[in-house]
Amino acid sequence: METFYLVGAMALVTFLIRYLLLPLSGRVELSDGLRRALRYVPPAVLTAIVVPFALFPDGQQMDFSLANPYLVGAGATLAIGWLSRHLLLTIVGGMACFWTWRAVLAMGWI
Amino acid sequence: MATISPSRRRSFYEGMRDTLPLIIGAIPFGIIFGTLSGGAGLSAAGALGMSLFVFAGSAQFVALGMLANGAAWPLIALTTLVVNFRHLLYTATLLPYLQRLPRRWQAALAFGLTDETFAVAVQRWQAPGTRPDDHWYQLGSMLFMYVNWNLCTIVGLVAGRLLAGIADWGLDFAMLAAFIGMLIPYLKDRPNYAAMLAAGASAIVFQSLPHKLGLLAASLIGVGAGLLAERWASTANGTPSPEA
Repeated sequence: METFYLVGAMALVTFLIRYLLLPLSGRVELSDGLRRALRYVPPAVLTAIVVPFALFPDGQQMDFSLANPYLVGAGATLAIGWLSRHLLLTIVGGMACFWTWRAVLAMGWI
Repeated sequence: MATISPSRRRSFYEGMRDTLPLIIGAIPFGIIFGTLSGGAGLSAAGALGMSLFVFAGSAQFVALGMLANGAAWPLIALTTLVVNFRHLLYTATLLPYLQRLPRRWQAALAFGLTDETFAVAVQRWQAPGTRPDDHWYQLGSMLFMYVNWNLCTIVGLVAGRLLAGIADWGLDFAMLAAFIGMLIPYLKDRPNYAAMLAAGASAIVFQSLPHKLGLLAASLIGVGAGLLAERWASTANGTPSPEA
């Protein structure tokens, strides 16, 4: 029963966030300033997700070192993306770098 | 049932095609969600129910973490509100394009407005030219993500019971790589770099805020920094600010 409430509440909350502005939209006109602000939503939100993910692998302690494969892998992924501008290459290449670095760390060379 | 016009079908497939790289990033992430759910105390039905009805990867992971810590469901629902609040900004961004669609289309596309589908669809909607069938493009992207997410959840539920230690394979890095990949279109000018730098720095500062509030705060600060940088750039060029 707990699980039923949990899934139901999460589903309702998530759908309402994604939907609620749409029925209102005929009546509300977005101002010019707001429209320009919304252009920065994707880069800001994505970065706000990515940075803590890479720097706080355990969610608690910041690990800014080469011993953190998430950080090294994220750096490599960003470099590939910046140079190649190719989404698939970036994701696959980034994952390859991450697992390679993890293997290097596991061997105890660093 | 009415047949679907070739142009709509093409838009649908293009939406799927352009989402494919992100699918590759989502596969390991979906598998690890299914894998970790049992250990967090969520039943297989609960895990699949989340993927079927909530369909929000990051919130589902946060829910697992909170369940493992024994959090009550209202608190987890509240945190879901905060973690997914960014999707309100996504809807606002797509508002000019979605508002002319019928209600049932709006509801369907809103249900599937994940980070990935938003990142792909916003590029299409904002591309120059007029295409009447871009909503089919977004539908193709979201259905591909949805079917994949649920299949991966099932694979993870099975794998979690068969493969010991799969949780330690670092599969969650795939999502990090996919999200960095989604940033590529924005690595282009100073306002976008300002938005990213400010959001990233704030996210570090606010990391310890409860209920993932830091994500929301950092996102808003990033948007503000982008706007400021845009205004500075236009004054530096000697052109009047576009704002009245």
